This record gives sequence, C-alpha cells and structure tokens, in this order.
Amino acid sequence: MAPISTLHYLVVAAALFVLGVIGVLTRRNVVIVLMSIELILNAVNLNLVAFSRIWGLHGQVFAIFVITDAAAEAAVGLGILIAFFRNKETVNVDEIDLLKW
Amino acid sequence: MAPVATTFFFYFLSALTVLSGVLVITRKNPVHSALALIMSLLGQAALYLMLYAPFVAGVQIILYAGGIMVLFLFVIMLVNIEKSQKEEQFNKQWLVGLAAAIALGALFVFVYAKGRGLFPDRAVQMPEQSNTQQVAVLLYGNYMFAFEIASLLLLVAVIGAVVMAKKRI
Repeated sequence: MAPISTLHYLVVAAALFVLGVIGVLTRRNVVIVLMSIELILNAVNLNLVAFSRIWGLHGQVFAIFVITDAAAEAAVGLGILIAFFRNKETVNVDEIDLLKW
Repeated sequence: MAPVATTFFFYFLSALTVLSGVLVITRKNPVHSALALIMSLLGQAALYLMLYAPFVAGVQIILYAGGIMVLFLFVIMLVNIEKSQKEEQFNKQWLVGLAAAIALGALFVFVYAKGRGLFPDRAVQMPEQSNTQQVAVLLYGNYMFAFEIASLLLLVAVIGAVVMAKKRI
C-alpha cells in the first residue's frame, strides 16, 4: 500500500468537517448541534497538525489556540442552553425564536 | 523510534474517528452521541501522535475528552432528554441542509483531486522528545501576545458562563 501522505490526513479532516456541517444543519437538539461544532473544530485541528509536519511547529501552537477557543465556546454555549431551558423547557433549535416577530 | 505498521494504524484510527463522528450526528440519545464523540476525540488524539505531535495529543485528551465532554454530560444531565427523545430529531429543512453539506463535500473532493500535487510530502523528521519544549518556546516567544489574549478570552468565557447559568439574568 502507498505510504500515508499529508493528503490522507486532509481527506479524513474533510470527512469530519462535512459530518459536523451535516449535524449543525439538520439536527434539532442544541446539545448535538454544539457537539457537531466541536467536530468541525477538530477537523480544523487535524488539518493544522497535519500541515505542521511539513512546515514546522506553528500549526501545533495554533491547534492549541483553537482548542482554547473550543473550550470557551462550549462553556458559553452550554450556559446559554441552560438559561434557555430554564425559560422555555425545550432544547430544540427551531423553537428558539424569542427574537423573531 | 521508527514507526511500526503506520498504514494499518492510520486506516484503523481514521475509520474509528469517522464512524464515531457518524454516530455523533445520528444517535437519538444525546448521551450516546457524547460517548461517540469521546471515541472520535480519542482516535484523533492517536492520529496526532502519528503526526509527531504528542503535546497536542495530550492536550486533546485532557482538555477535550476530559474537560469539555464532562461539561457536555453535565448539561445533558440538567436538561430533560426524555421529552426531546420522543420528538422529531431532524428539523424541517434537513434535506436542504444535507444537500448543502454534500455540495461542500464535493467541493473538498474537487479541490483535493485537483491540487493533489500542491501538498508536499517532505515530512520533516521532528524530534518527539523535545516537542513539548519547542511548542513552549513558540508559545512564550513568538505567540506571547496571542497567549495573553487567549487567557483573557478564557476569563471572559468563565464570566459569561457564570452569568448565563445564574438564576436570574
């Protein structure tokens, strides 16, 4: 079999990215939408680390920053979800329409 | 140490990662989704190890599989999942969303098939023993300012999460 090249890792990352996009666009449960966002961020991280094998360690440092961002986003997103659930007793995305008229 | 059976491990780990990703977006029960996401994250951590990035792999396991997923499971425990499991799992525009995502995937396939030669394969042999040290040198040298901004971002996130989860906003 052919040796594993950078392109192999990029294809895996693209598959994860597309899965995350499908999850964000089609699921109703907010918790699973947030998990799909984590999948997307992880696909980006895999790309960064795969390229850092070629162009030096900067990609790995950037991957760490992306993980920090993901932690912050998950904390705030889940906090919003708790506040919303307390008010409306639902976790479905299409029922979050407080700002619509 | 020279890598052993790289091809097998790459295909095994990427299959694990992608199949767990499929489980994440198809399961009805959010707890099952969270467990599948943990499997996916661990598979990705192993892929990072194969890419000579042991520090990022460790951060991935500790922060993602350890920290963020506990947060997710906590919130799943707090919200009522019995009711949402009986409801429709996919929203009304799921067909359009699926078509858009498949178009995005086709774009990826097109770009990677066209630009196959653009991604060089001169993999630098990275010393894994000093990986953490070199990452730290970059982090506290070149990226000092970004590092401080990241700490500020985490502070803002902590305050935001506390304010959001308070009884009375």
